[in-house]
Amino acid sequence: MLALSGVNTHINLYHILQGVDLVVPRGELTMLLGRNGAGKTTTLRTIMGLWRASAGRIDLGGADIAGMATPSVAQLGVAYVPENMSIFAGLTVRENLLLAARERSFDESRLARIFKLFPAMQKFWNSLAGNLSGGQKQMLAISRAIVEPRRLLLIDEPTKGLAPAIIANMIEAFRELKLETTILLVEQNFNVARELGDSVAVMDSGRVVHSGRMADLARDEALQTRLLGLSLDSHQ
Amino acid sequence: MKPHSDTAVPGARLDIVPLLVVPAVALAAVAFIPSLPTWVTLTVAGLAMGMMIFIMASGLTLVFGLMDVMNFAHGAFISVGAFVAASVLVPMKSSMQEPSALANLSAIAPAILAAMMVAGLLGWFFERVVIRPVYGDHLKQILVTMGGLIVAEQMIHVIWGPDVIPLPRPAFFSGAITFGEVAVERYRLLAVAVGIAVFAAMFLVLNRTRLGLLIRAGVENPEMVESLGYRIRRLFVGVFVAGSGLAGLGGVMWAMYQESVQSNMGMQMMVLIFIVIIIGGLGSVGGCFVGALLVGLVANYAGYLAPKLALGSNILLMVLILLWRPRGLYPIGKA
Ligand SMILES: Nc1ncnc2c1ncn2[C@@H]1O[C@H](COP(=O)(O)OP(=O)(O)O)[C@@H](O)[C@H]1O
Ligand SMILES: [Mg+2]
Repeated sequence: MLALSGVNTHINLYHILQGVDLVVPRGELTMLLGRNGAGKTTTLRTIMGLWRASAGRIDLGGADIAGMATPSVAQLGVAYVPENMSIFAGLTVRENLLLAARERSFDESRLARIFKLFPAMQKFWNSLAGNLSGGQKQMLAISRAIVEPRRLLLIDEPTKGLAPAIIANMIEAFRELKLETTILLVEQNFNVARELGDSVAVMDSGRVVHSGRMADLARDEALQTRLLGLSLDSHQ
Repeated sequence: MKPHSDTAVPGARLDIVPLLVVPAVALAAVAFIPSLPTWVTLTVAGLAMGMMIFIMASGLTLVFGLMDVMNFAHGAFISVGAFVAASVLVPMKSSMQEPSALANLSAIAPAILAAMMVAGLLGWFFERVVIRPVYGDHLKQILVTMGGLIVAEQMIHVIWGPDVIPLPRPAFFSGAITFGEVAVERYRLLAVAVGIAVFAAMFLVLNRTRLGLLIRAGVENPEMVESLGYRIRRLFVGVFVAGSGLAGLGGVMWAMYQESVQSNMGMQMMVLIFIVIIIGGLGSVGGCFVGALLVGLVANYAGYLAPKLALGSNILLMVLILLWRPRGLYPIGKA
Protein backbone atom coordinates (compact mmCIF):
# COMPACT_ATOMS: atom_id res chain seq x y z
CA MET A 1 0.00 0.00 0.00
CA LEU A 2 2.60 2.51 1.19
CA ALA A 3 6.36 2.21 0.85
CA LEU A 4 8.98 4.78 1.76
CA SER A 5 12.50 4.27 0.49
CA GLY A 6 15.46 6.43 1.39
CA VAL A 7 13.26 9.33 2.48
CA ASN A 8 15.15 12.37 3.73
CA THR A 9 13.48 15.42 5.26
CA HIS A 10 15.06 18.69 6.28
CA ILE A 11 13.27 21.12 8.57
CA ASN A 12 14.96 24.48 8.11
CA LEU A 13 18.64 23.61 8.49
CA TYR A 14 18.12 20.40 10.42
CA HIS A 15 18.44 17.05 8.73
CA ILE A 16 15.62 15.19 10.51
CA LEU A 17 14.79 12.11 8.44
CA GLN A 18 17.98 10.47 7.24
CA GLY A 19 16.90 7.77 4.84
CA VAL A 20 13.66 6.24 6.11
CA ASP A 21 12.70 2.85 4.66
CA LEU A 22 9.24 1.76 5.68
CA VAL A 23 6.64 -0.61 4.25
CA VAL A 24 2.99 -0.50 5.27
CA PRO A 25 1.28 -3.61 3.87
CA ARG A 26 -2.24 -3.30 2.51
CA GLY A 27 -4.99 -4.18 4.95
CA GLU A 28 -2.68 -4.30 7.95
CA LEU A 29 -2.22 -2.11 10.96
CA THR A 30 1.42 -1.10 11.12
CA MET A 31 2.76 0.31 14.38
CA LEU A 32 5.41 3.02 14.18
CA LEU A 33 7.30 3.07 17.46
CA GLY A 34 10.36 4.89 18.77
CA ARG A 35 11.61 7.24 21.44
CA ASN A 36 10.54 10.86 21.63
CA GLY A 37 12.25 12.82 18.90
CA ALA A 38 12.98 9.73 16.78
CA GLY A 39 11.17 11.25 13.79
CA LYS A 40 7.77 9.52 13.82
CA THR A 41 5.70 12.69 13.49
CA THR A 42 8.07 14.02 10.85
CA THR A 43 7.59 10.79 8.90
CA LEU A 44 3.80 11.15 8.92
CA ARG A 45 4.01 14.83 7.99
CA THR A 46 6.35 14.00 5.13
CA ILE A 47 3.95 11.38 3.79
CA MET A 48 1.14 13.98 4.00
CA GLY A 49 3.26 16.51 2.10
CA LEU A 50 3.29 18.88 5.07
CA TRP A 51 7.09 18.65 4.99
CA ARG A 52 8.76 18.13 1.65
CA ALA A 53 11.04 15.14 1.28
CA SER A 54 14.44 16.32 0.04
CA ALA A 55 15.30 12.88 -1.30
CA GLY A 56 13.75 9.43 -1.59
CA ARG A 57 10.55 7.90 -2.86
CA ILE A 58 7.12 7.63 -1.26
CA ASP A 59 5.05 5.07 -3.10
CA LEU A 60 1.29 5.00 -2.54
CA GLY A 61 -0.41 2.18 -4.39
CA GLY A 62 2.06 2.47 -7.27
CA ALA A 63 2.32 6.26 -7.55
CA ASP A 64 5.20 8.37 -6.23
CA ILE A 65 3.65 10.99 -3.97
CA ALA A 66 6.91 12.53 -2.69
CA GLY A 67 6.72 16.24 -3.41
CA MET A 68 2.97 16.20 -3.98
CA ALA A 69 0.93 18.99 -2.38
CA THR A 70 -0.98 18.06 0.78
CA PRO A 71 -4.51 18.41 -0.70
CA SER A 72 -3.55 16.07 -3.55
CA VAL A 73 -2.25 13.46 -1.13
CA ALA A 74 -5.50 13.73 0.81
CA GLN A 75 -7.52 13.38 -2.38
CA LEU A 76 -5.71 10.12 -3.11
CA GLY A 77 -7.43 8.77 -0.02
CA VAL A 78 -4.98 9.41 2.80
CA ALA A 79 -6.45 10.65 6.07
CA TYR A 80 -4.31 12.20 8.78
CA VAL A 81 -4.98 12.44 12.52
CA PRO A 82 -2.21 14.70 13.84
CA GLU A 83 -0.58 14.45 17.24
CA ASN A 84 -2.39 17.56 18.52
CA MET A 85 -5.65 16.33 16.91
CA SER A 86 -6.19 19.68 15.12
CA ILE A 87 -9.92 19.58 15.47
CA PHE A 88 -11.62 22.88 14.61
CA ALA A 89 -12.52 24.21 18.05
CA GLY A 90 -14.83 26.93 16.77
CA LEU A 91 -16.91 24.50 14.70
CA THR A 92 -19.48 22.03 15.98
CA VAL A 93 -18.91 18.29 15.96
CA ARG A 94 -21.25 18.09 12.98
CA GLU A 95 -19.39 20.81 11.08
CA ASN A 96 -16.03 19.18 11.77
CA LEU A 97 -17.29 15.95 10.24
CA LEU A 98 -19.07 17.71 7.38
CA LEU A 99 -15.77 19.26 6.26
CA ALA A 100 -14.23 15.81 6.03
CA ALA A 101 -17.17 14.61 3.91
CA ARG A 102 -15.96 15.64 0.50
CA GLU A 103 -19.18 14.29 -0.99
CA ARG A 104 -20.81 17.22 0.88
CA SER A 105 -23.30 15.00 2.66
CA PHE A 106 -23.06 12.20 5.15
CA ASP A 107 -23.21 8.53 4.35
CA GLU A 108 -25.78 7.56 6.96
CA SER A 109 -24.48 4.05 7.49
CA ARG A 110 -20.93 5.28 8.14
CA LEU A 111 -22.29 7.92 10.48
CA ALA A 112 -24.25 5.27 12.36
CA ARG A 113 -21.05 3.29 12.76
CA ILE A 114 -19.17 6.31 14.08
CA PHE A 115 -21.93 6.85 16.63
CA LYS A 116 -21.69 3.22 17.65
CA LEU A 117 -17.90 3.43 18.09
CA PHE A 118 -18.03 6.84 19.80
CA PRO A 119 -21.49 7.58 21.25
CA ALA A 120 -20.24 10.97 22.48
CA MET A 121 -20.16 12.17 18.86
CA GLN A 122 -23.92 11.76 18.63
CA LYS A 123 -24.53 13.20 22.06
CA PHE A 124 -22.52 16.36 21.35
CA TRP A 125 -23.45 16.56 17.65
CA ASN A 126 -24.24 20.27 17.79
CA SER A 127 -21.74 21.29 20.48
CA LEU A 128 -18.61 23.25 19.74
CA ALA A 129 -15.67 20.91 19.37
CA GLY A 130 -13.60 23.21 21.57
CA ASN A 131 -15.86 22.33 24.51
CA LEU A 132 -15.27 18.59 24.25
CA SER A 133 -13.02 16.73 26.69
CA GLY A 134 -9.58 15.60 25.54
CA GLY A 135 -10.77 12.07 24.86
CA GLN A 136 -13.78 13.26 22.91
CA LYS A 137 -11.59 15.57 20.83
CA GLN A 138 -9.45 12.57 19.93
CA MET A 139 -12.58 10.59 19.03
CA LEU A 140 -13.69 13.46 16.83
CA ALA A 141 -10.30 13.59 15.12
CA ILE A 142 -10.53 9.87 14.36
CA SER A 143 -14.18 10.12 13.27
CA ARG A 144 -13.17 12.87 10.87
CA ALA A 145 -10.69 10.52 9.26
CA ILE A 146 -13.28 7.78 8.68
CA VAL A 147 -16.39 9.74 7.76
CA GLU A 148 -15.76 8.57 4.22
CA PRO A 149 -13.84 5.47 3.14
CA ARG A 150 -10.07 6.14 2.95
CA ARG A 151 -7.27 3.93 1.67
CA LEU A 152 -4.79 4.80 4.36
CA LEU A 153 -5.08 6.30 7.84
CA LEU A 154 -2.07 8.02 9.42
CA ILE A 155 -2.68 8.37 13.15
CA ASP A 156 -0.23 10.05 15.53
CA GLU A 157 -0.26 9.09 19.24
CA PRO A 158 -4.04 8.85 19.67
CA THR A 159 -3.90 7.60 23.27
CA LYS A 160 -1.56 10.27 24.60
CA GLY A 161 -2.84 11.65 27.89
CA LEU A 162 -6.08 9.69 27.87
CA ALA A 163 -7.68 7.77 30.75
CA PRO A 164 -7.52 3.93 30.59
CA ALA A 165 -11.24 3.54 29.91
CA ILE A 166 -10.99 5.79 26.87
CA ILE A 167 -7.87 4.00 25.67
CA ALA A 168 -9.85 0.76 25.77
CA ASN A 169 -12.53 2.42 23.64
CA MET A 170 -9.85 3.53 21.16
CA ILE A 171 -8.37 0.05 20.92
CA GLU A 172 -11.84 -1.27 20.22
CA ALA A 173 -12.31 1.28 17.45
CA PHE A 174 -8.96 0.59 15.78
CA ARG A 175 -9.58 -3.11 15.88
CA GLU A 176 -12.73 -2.53 13.89
CA LEU A 177 -11.17 0.00 11.53
CA LYS A 178 -8.32 -2.23 10.54
CA LEU A 179 -10.84 -4.62 9.02
CA GLU A 180 -11.68 -2.08 6.31
CA THR A 181 -8.54 -0.04 5.70
CA THR A 182 -4.78 0.21 6.03
CA ILE A 183 -3.46 2.01 9.10
CA LEU A 184 -0.10 3.45 10.12
CA LEU A 185 -0.31 4.14 13.84
CA VAL A 186 2.26 5.97 15.95
CA GLU A 187 2.09 4.93 19.59
CA GLN A 188 4.11 5.42 22.78
CA ASN A 189 2.00 3.00 24.78
CA PHE A 190 3.47 -0.45 24.21
CA ASN A 191 0.40 -2.26 25.50
CA VAL A 192 -1.72 -0.59 22.84
CA ALA A 193 0.88 -1.51 20.21
CA ARG A 194 0.90 -5.12 21.35
CA GLU A 195 -2.89 -5.31 21.22
CA LEU A 196 -3.28 -3.86 17.77
CA GLY A 197 -0.18 -4.16 15.67
CA ASP A 198 0.15 -6.59 12.76
CA SER A 199 3.51 -5.32 11.61
CA VAL A 200 5.86 -2.88 13.33
CA ALA A 201 8.62 -0.44 12.51
CA VAL A 202 10.84 1.16 15.11
CA MET A 203 12.54 4.49 14.48
CA ASP A 204 15.60 6.05 16.03
CA SER A 205 17.44 9.24 15.06
CA GLY A 206 15.58 9.72 11.81
CA ARG A 207 15.86 6.14 10.54
CA VAL A 208 13.87 2.93 10.77
CA VAL A 209 16.09 0.64 12.83
CA HIS A 210 13.83 -2.39 13.02
CA SER A 211 10.88 -3.74 11.12
CA GLY A 212 9.02 -7.00 11.38
CA ARG A 213 5.93 -8.59 12.89
CA MET A 214 4.47 -7.01 16.01
CA ALA A 215 3.96 -10.41 17.62
CA ASP A 216 7.68 -11.17 17.34
CA LEU A 217 8.68 -7.89 18.95
CA ALA A 218 6.09 -8.37 21.69
CA ARG A 219 7.67 -11.70 22.57
CA ASP A 220 11.29 -10.51 22.55
CA GLU A 221 11.87 -8.41 25.65
CA ALA A 222 15.59 -8.01 25.05
CA LEU A 223 14.88 -6.51 21.63
CA GLN A 224 12.26 -4.19 23.11
CA THR A 225 14.70 -2.87 25.65
CA ARG A 226 17.41 -2.40 23.05
CA LEU A 227 15.10 -0.58 20.61
CA LEU A 228 12.84 1.35 22.90
CA GLY A 229 14.75 1.49 26.19
CA LEU A 230 12.82 2.45 29.22
CA SER A 231 10.31 4.49 27.28
CA LEU A 232 7.80 1.65 27.12
CA ASP A 233 7.55 1.02 30.82
CA SER A 234 7.23 4.63 31.80
CA HIS A 235 3.87 4.87 30.08
CA GLN A 236 1.82 1.99 31.40
CA MET B 1 -0.49 15.81 30.88
CA LYS B 2 -3.39 14.82 33.10
CA PRO B 3 -5.70 12.08 31.90
CA HIS B 4 -8.86 13.61 30.55
CA SER B 5 -12.25 12.71 31.92
CA ASP B 6 -15.03 11.75 29.59
CA THR B 7 -17.42 14.55 30.40
CA ALA B 8 -17.87 17.58 28.21
CA VAL B 9 -19.42 20.91 28.96
CA PRO B 10 -21.04 22.07 25.74
CA GLY B 11 -21.16 25.83 26.09
CA ALA B 12 -23.16 28.49 24.34
CA ARG B 13 -22.09 29.26 20.79
CA LEU B 14 -22.06 33.00 21.27
CA ASP B 15 -19.93 34.77 23.85
CA ILE B 16 -22.21 37.70 24.67
CA VAL B 17 -19.95 39.63 27.05
CA PRO B 18 -17.84 41.51 24.47
CA LEU B 19 -21.04 42.47 22.69
CA LEU B 20 -22.29 44.16 25.85
CA VAL B 21 -19.23 46.40 25.93
CA VAL B 22 -20.71 48.47 23.09
CA PRO B 23 -23.86 49.60 24.97
CA ALA B 24 -21.78 49.87 28.13
CA VAL B 25 -19.43 52.38 26.48
CA ALA B 26 -22.39 54.29 25.03
CA LEU B 27 -24.12 54.47 28.42
CA ALA B 28 -20.91 55.45 30.21
CA ALA B 29 -20.60 58.36 27.80
CA VAL B 30 -23.94 59.74 29.03
CA ALA B 31 -22.21 60.62 32.28
CA PHE B 32 -19.70 62.87 30.51
CA ILE B 33 -21.96 64.39 27.87
CA PRO B 34 -24.60 66.49 29.61
CA SER B 35 -26.81 67.24 26.59
CA LEU B 36 -28.90 64.30 25.41
CA PRO B 37 -29.24 65.52 21.79
CA THR B 38 -25.46 65.85 21.61
CA TRP B 39 -25.07 62.34 22.97
CA VAL B 40 -27.49 60.94 20.40
CA THR B 41 -25.71 62.75 17.58
CA LEU B 42 -22.31 61.50 18.72
CA THR B 43 -23.57 57.96 19.22
CA VAL B 44 -25.12 57.76 15.76
CA ALA B 45 -21.98 59.30 14.27
CA GLY B 46 -19.87 56.75 16.15
CA LEU B 47 -21.96 53.83 14.98
CA ALA B 48 -21.88 55.09 11.38
CA MET B 49 -18.11 55.50 11.51
CA GLY B 50 -17.79 52.07 13.08
CA MET B 51 -19.86 50.48 10.33
CA MET B 52 -17.71 52.05 7.63
CA ILE B 53 -14.51 50.93 9.36
CA PHE B 54 -16.00 47.45 9.64
CA ILE B 55 -16.66 47.33 5.91
CA MET B 56 -13.06 48.33 5.23
CA ALA B 57 -11.53 46.02 7.85
CA SER B 58 -13.57 42.82 7.55
CA GLY B 59 -11.64 41.40 4.60
CA LEU B 60 -8.28 42.17 6.16
CA THR B 61 -9.00 40.22 9.33
CA LEU B 62 -9.91 37.12 7.28
CA VAL B 63 -6.80 37.53 5.14
CA PHE B 64 -4.69 37.60 8.26
CA GLY B 65 -6.53 34.65 9.76
CA LEU B 66 -6.25 32.45 6.70
CA MET B 67 -2.68 32.96 5.58
CA ASP B 68 -1.05 34.93 8.40
CA VAL B 69 -0.51 37.76 5.93
CA MET B 70 0.05 41.32 7.15
CA ASN B 71 -1.17 43.54 4.36
CA PHE B 72 -0.58 47.26 4.95
CA ALA B 73 -1.44 47.90 1.31
CA HIS B 74 -5.08 47.20 2.13
CA GLY B 75 -5.38 50.99 2.43
CA ALA B 76 -4.67 51.29 -1.30
CA PHE B 77 -7.89 49.39 -2.10
CA ILE B 78 -9.80 51.91 0.05
CA SER B 79 -8.35 54.91 -1.76
CA VAL B 80 -8.65 53.42 -5.24
CA GLY B 81 -12.29 52.51 -4.61
CA ALA B 82 -13.06 56.08 -3.63
CA PHE B 83 -11.31 57.57 -6.68
CA VAL B 84 -13.00 55.20 -9.09
CA ALA B 85 -16.39 56.08 -7.61
CA ALA B 86 -15.60 59.78 -7.87
CA SER B 87 -14.76 59.34 -11.56
CA VAL B 88 -17.99 57.48 -12.22
CA LEU B 89 -20.05 60.07 -10.35
CA VAL B 90 -18.72 63.16 -12.16
CA PRO B 91 -20.85 62.65 -15.30
CA MET B 92 -23.85 61.70 -13.14
CA LYS B 93 -23.81 64.91 -11.18
CA SER B 94 -27.41 65.77 -12.03
CA SER B 95 -28.82 62.49 -10.69
CA MET B 96 -26.86 63.07 -7.51
CA GLN B 97 -28.42 66.51 -7.07
CA GLU B 98 -32.01 65.39 -7.49
CA PRO B 99 -33.79 65.13 -4.16
CA SER B 100 -35.12 61.65 -4.93
CA ALA B 101 -33.55 58.63 -3.28
CA LEU B 102 -34.11 56.55 -6.40
CA ALA B 103 -32.30 58.99 -8.67
CA ASN B 104 -29.40 59.18 -6.20
CA LEU B 105 -29.13 55.43 -5.94
CA SER B 106 -29.17 55.05 -9.72
CA ALA B 107 -25.92 57.02 -9.72
CA ILE B 108 -24.40 55.55 -6.56
CA ALA B 109 -25.05 51.92 -7.47
CA PRO B 110 -22.89 51.85 -10.63
CA ALA B 111 -20.24 53.94 -8.88
CA ILE B 112 -20.05 51.45 -6.02
CA LEU B 113 -20.07 48.50 -8.39
CA ALA B 114 -17.18 49.97 -10.37
CA ALA B 115 -15.27 50.81 -7.18
CA MET B 116 -15.65 47.29 -5.81
CA MET B 117 -14.70 45.69 -9.11
CA VAL B 118 -11.58 47.78 -9.63
CA ALA B 119 -10.52 47.37 -5.99
CA GLY B 120 -11.14 43.61 -6.25
CA LEU B 121 -9.13 43.36 -9.46
CA LEU B 122 -6.33 45.37 -7.93
CA GLY B 123 -6.46 42.98 -4.97
CA TRP B 124 -6.18 39.97 -7.26
CA PHE B 125 -3.18 41.51 -9.05
CA PHE B 126 -1.61 42.51 -5.74
CA GLU B 127 -1.95 39.05 -4.24
CA ARG B 128 -0.24 37.45 -7.23
CA VAL B 129 2.58 39.92 -7.68
CA VAL B 130 3.32 41.32 -4.24
CA ILE B 131 1.96 39.00 -1.53
CA ARG B 132 2.61 35.56 -2.99
CA PRO B 133 6.42 35.82 -3.00
CA VAL B 134 6.48 36.75 0.70
CA TYR B 135 4.16 34.13 2.23
CA GLY B 136 5.28 33.11 5.68
CA ASP B 137 7.66 36.03 6.24
CA HIS B 138 6.10 38.83 8.32
CA LEU B 139 9.01 41.24 8.10
CA LYS B 140 9.12 41.06 4.31
CA GLN B 141 5.32 41.37 4.19
CA ILE B 142 5.41 44.60 6.19
CA LEU B 143 8.17 46.09 4.03
CA VAL B 144 6.72 44.97 0.72
CA THR B 145 3.11 45.93 1.42
CA MET B 146 4.16 49.31 2.88
CA GLY B 147 6.05 49.84 -0.35
CA GLY B 148 2.99 48.74 -2.30
CA LEU B 149 0.84 51.29 -0.47
CA ILE B 150 3.26 54.11 -1.32
CA VAL B 151 3.47 53.05 -4.97
CA ALA B 152 -0.33 52.87 -5.16
CA GLU B 153 -0.62 56.40 -3.75
CA GLN B 154 1.81 57.66 -6.38
CA MET B 155 -0.16 55.88 -9.10
CA ILE B 156 -3.29 57.65 -7.88
CA HIS B 157 -1.44 60.96 -8.23
CA VAL B 158 -0.51 60.04 -11.77
CA ILE B 159 -4.03 59.00 -12.78
CA TRP B 160 -6.23 61.42 -10.84
CA GLY B 161 -3.79 64.25 -10.09
CA PRO B 162 -2.51 65.45 -6.73
CA ASP B 163 -5.54 67.54 -5.72
CA VAL B 164 -8.29 66.66 -3.31
CA ILE B 165 -11.44 65.84 -5.31
CA PRO B 166 -14.72 67.03 -3.81
CA LEU B 167 -17.35 64.33 -3.56
CA PRO B 168 -20.67 65.78 -2.41
CA ARG B 169 -23.16 63.54 -0.69
CA PRO B 170 -26.21 62.66 -2.74
CA ALA B 171 -29.00 65.20 -2.22
CA PHE B 172 -31.52 62.87 -0.58
CA PHE B 173 -28.95 61.67 1.96
CA SER B 174 -27.40 65.01 2.81
CA GLY B 175 -29.85 66.55 5.24
CA ALA B 176 -30.72 65.56 8.75
CA ILE B 177 -33.86 64.10 10.24
CA THR B 178 -34.96 65.82 13.42
CA PHE B 179 -36.87 64.32 16.31
CA GLY B 180 -37.58 67.23 18.64
CA GLU B 181 -34.15 68.54 19.59
CA VAL B 182 -32.33 65.53 18.26
CA ALA B 183 -30.93 65.76 14.72
CA VAL B 184 -29.64 62.68 12.94
CA GLU B 185 -27.82 62.99 9.64
CA ARG B 186 -29.41 60.84 6.97
CA TYR B 187 -26.09 59.78 5.54
CA ARG B 188 -25.13 58.29 8.89
CA LEU B 189 -28.30 56.21 8.87
CA LEU B 190 -27.42 55.04 5.37
CA ALA B 191 -23.94 54.07 6.54
CA VAL B 192 -25.40 52.12 9.45
CA ALA B 193 -27.82 50.33 7.10
CA VAL B 194 -25.08 49.40 4.62
CA GLY B 195 -22.82 48.22 7.45
CA ILE B 196 -25.55 46.00 8.88
CA ALA B 197 -26.29 44.61 5.42
CA VAL B 198 -22.60 43.75 4.82
CA PHE B 199 -22.31 42.17 8.25
CA ALA B 200 -25.49 40.14 7.73
CA ALA B 201 -24.31 38.95 4.32
CA MET B 202 -20.92 37.92 5.69
CA PHE B 203 -22.54 36.25 8.65
CA LEU B 204 -24.81 34.21 6.39
CA VAL B 205 -22.01 33.19 4.05
CA LEU B 206 -19.74 32.23 6.94
CA ASN B 207 -22.35 30.35 8.95
CA ARG B 208 -24.76 28.93 6.42
CA THR B 209 -22.65 27.85 3.45
CA ARG B 210 -20.00 25.25 2.81
CA LEU B 211 -17.65 27.97 1.59
CA GLY B 212 -18.11 29.74 4.91
CA LEU B 213 -17.43 26.53 6.78
CA LEU B 214 -14.16 26.17 4.88
CA ILE B 215 -13.18 29.76 5.61
CA ARG B 216 -13.92 29.41 9.33
CA ALA B 217 -11.96 26.18 9.50
CA GLY B 218 -9.13 27.66 7.45
CA VAL B 219 -8.80 30.66 9.73
CA GLU B 220 -8.47 28.29 12.67
CA ASN B 221 -6.08 25.75 11.15
CA PRO B 222 -5.15 26.08 7.46
CA GLU B 223 -2.83 23.08 7.56
CA MET B 224 -5.61 20.75 8.70
CA VAL B 225 -7.94 22.07 6.00
CA GLU B 226 -5.28 21.14 3.45
CA SER B 227 -4.92 17.73 5.07
CA LEU B 228 -8.63 17.19 4.45
CA GLY B 229 -8.04 17.74 0.75
CA TYR B 230 -8.89 21.41 0.15
CA ARG B 231 -6.62 23.92 -1.56
CA ILE B 232 -6.34 26.73 0.95
CA ARG B 233 -4.51 28.99 -1.53
CA ARG B 234 -7.54 29.17 -3.80
CA LEU B 235 -9.77 29.97 -0.87
CA PHE B 236 -7.31 32.62 0.23
CA VAL B 237 -7.23 34.33 -3.17
CA GLY B 238 -11.04 34.42 -3.20
CA VAL B 239 -11.17 35.96 0.26
CA PHE B 240 -8.41 38.42 -0.63
CA VAL B 241 -10.29 39.63 -3.70
CA ALA B 242 -13.62 39.87 -1.86
CA GLY B 243 -11.92 41.71 1.02
CA SER B 244 -10.32 44.16 -1.41
CA GLY B 245 -13.70 44.79 -3.02
CA LEU B 246 -15.23 45.50 0.38
CA ALA B 247 -12.36 47.87 1.15
CA GLY B 248 -13.31 49.69 -2.06
CA LEU B 249 -16.94 49.89 -0.91
CA GLY B 250 -15.81 51.21 2.47
CA GLY B 251 -13.65 53.78 0.68
CA VAL B 252 -16.61 55.12 -1.30
CA MET B 253 -18.79 55.33 1.80
CA TRP B 254 -16.05 57.08 3.80
CA ALA B 255 -15.21 59.53 1.01
CA MET B 256 -18.86 60.60 0.71
CA TYR B 257 -18.97 60.97 4.47
CA GLN B 258 -15.94 63.27 4.31
CA GLU B 259 -17.32 64.80 1.08
CA SER B 260 -13.89 64.56 -0.52
CA VAL B 261 -11.43 62.04 -1.91
CA GLN B 262 -7.71 62.21 -1.31
CA SER B 263 -4.91 59.83 -2.06
CA ASN B 264 -3.74 59.35 1.52
CA MET B 265 -7.19 58.48 2.92
CA GLY B 266 -6.42 54.77 2.82
CA MET B 267 -3.21 55.20 4.73
CA GLN B 268 -4.99 57.33 7.33
CA MET B 269 -7.64 54.67 7.87
CA MET B 270 -5.13 51.86 8.27
CA VAL B 271 -4.24 52.84 11.84
CA LEU B 272 -7.86 52.55 12.96
CA ILE B 273 -8.34 49.38 10.91
CA PHE B 274 -5.41 47.66 12.58
CA ILE B 275 -6.67 48.71 16.00
CA VAL B 276 -10.07 47.26 15.11
CA ILE B 277 -8.86 43.87 13.92
CA ILE B 278 -6.52 43.52 16.91
CA ILE B 279 -9.30 44.44 19.35
CA GLY B 280 -11.69 42.03 17.64
CA GLY B 281 -9.30 39.07 17.63
CA LEU B 282 -7.31 38.40 14.44
CA GLY B 283 -9.41 36.43 11.97
CA SER B 284 -12.77 37.04 13.65
CA VAL B 285 -15.42 38.82 11.59
CA GLY B 286 -17.76 39.13 14.57
CA GLY B 287 -14.93 40.56 16.65
CA CYS B 288 -14.09 42.97 13.86
CA PHE B 289 -17.69 44.19 13.87
CA VAL B 290 -17.81 44.78 17.63
CA GLY B 291 -14.31 46.28 17.61
CA ALA B 292 -15.23 48.67 14.80
CA LEU B 293 -18.33 49.92 16.64
CA LEU B 294 -16.26 50.48 19.80
CA VAL B 295 -13.57 52.38 17.90
CA GLY B 296 -16.20 54.49 16.11
CA LEU B 297 -17.97 55.39 19.35
CA VAL B 298 -14.80 56.13 21.30
CA ALA B 299 -13.41 58.26 18.45
CA ASN B 300 -16.55 60.38 18.39
CA TYR B 301 -16.98 60.76 22.14
CA ALA B 302 -13.31 61.57 22.58
CA GLY B 303 -13.36 63.92 19.60
CA TYR B 304 -16.07 65.91 21.38
CA LEU B 305 -14.74 65.73 24.94
CA ALA B 306 -11.01 66.03 24.26
CA PRO B 307 -10.32 66.59 20.57
CA LYS B 308 -6.56 66.44 21.03
CA LEU B 309 -6.76 62.93 22.41
CA ALA B 310 -8.96 61.45 19.69
CA LEU B 311 -6.43 58.96 18.26
CA GLY B 312 -4.81 58.35 21.63
CA SER B 313 -8.21 57.35 22.99
CA ASN B 314 -8.44 54.46 20.54
CA ILE B 315 -4.97 53.25 21.38
CA LEU B 316 -5.96 53.41 25.04
CA LEU B 317 -9.10 51.42 24.20
CA MET B 318 -6.97 48.78 22.49
CA VAL B 319 -4.61 48.55 25.47
CA LEU B 320 -7.51 48.18 27.91
CA ILE B 321 -9.18 45.48 25.85
CA LEU B 322 -5.95 43.55 25.43
CA LEU B 323 -5.35 43.70 29.17
CA TRP B 324 -8.79 42.17 29.62
CA ARG B 325 -8.59 39.72 26.71
CA PRO B 326 -5.01 39.42 25.48
CA ARG B 327 -6.00 37.85 22.14
CA GLY B 328 -8.86 40.20 21.42
CA LEU B 329 -12.60 40.10 22.07
CA TYR B 330 -13.23 36.97 20.03
CA PRO B 331 -9.98 35.00 19.87
CA ILE B 332 -9.83 32.31 17.20
CA GLY B 333 -8.62 29.06 18.72
CA LYS B 334 -5.53 28.05 16.79
CA ALA B 335 -5.45 24.50 18.08
N1 LIG C 1 9.34 22.27 13.33
C1 LIG C 1 10.51 21.75 13.71
N2 LIG C 1 11.62 22.51 13.69
C2 LIG C 1 12.81 22.02 14.07
N3 LIG C 1 13.00 20.76 14.49
C3 LIG C 1 11.93 19.95 14.53
C4 LIG C 1 10.64 20.40 14.16
N4 LIG C 1 9.77 19.37 14.30
C5 LIG C 1 10.51 18.34 14.77
N5 LIG C 1 11.80 18.67 14.91
C6 LIG C 1 12.88 17.81 15.38
O1 LIG C 1 12.84 16.63 14.61
C7 LIG C 1 13.12 15.50 15.41
C8 LIG C 1 12.02 14.49 15.25
O2 LIG C 1 10.82 15.02 15.76
P1 LIG C 1 9.44 14.25 15.66
O3 LIG C 1 9.26 13.75 14.28
O4 LIG C 1 8.40 15.15 16.21
O5 LIG C 1 9.70 13.04 16.66
P2 LIG C 1 8.68 12.02 17.31
O6 LIG C 1 7.33 12.25 16.72
O7 LIG C 1 9.24 10.69 16.99
O8 LIG C 1 8.69 12.29 18.78
C9 LIG C 1 13.26 16.00 16.84
O9 LIG C 1 14.62 16.09 17.16
C10 LIG C 1 12.64 17.36 16.82
O10 LIG C 1 13.30 18.21 17.72
MG1 LIG D 1 5.60 12.84 17.61
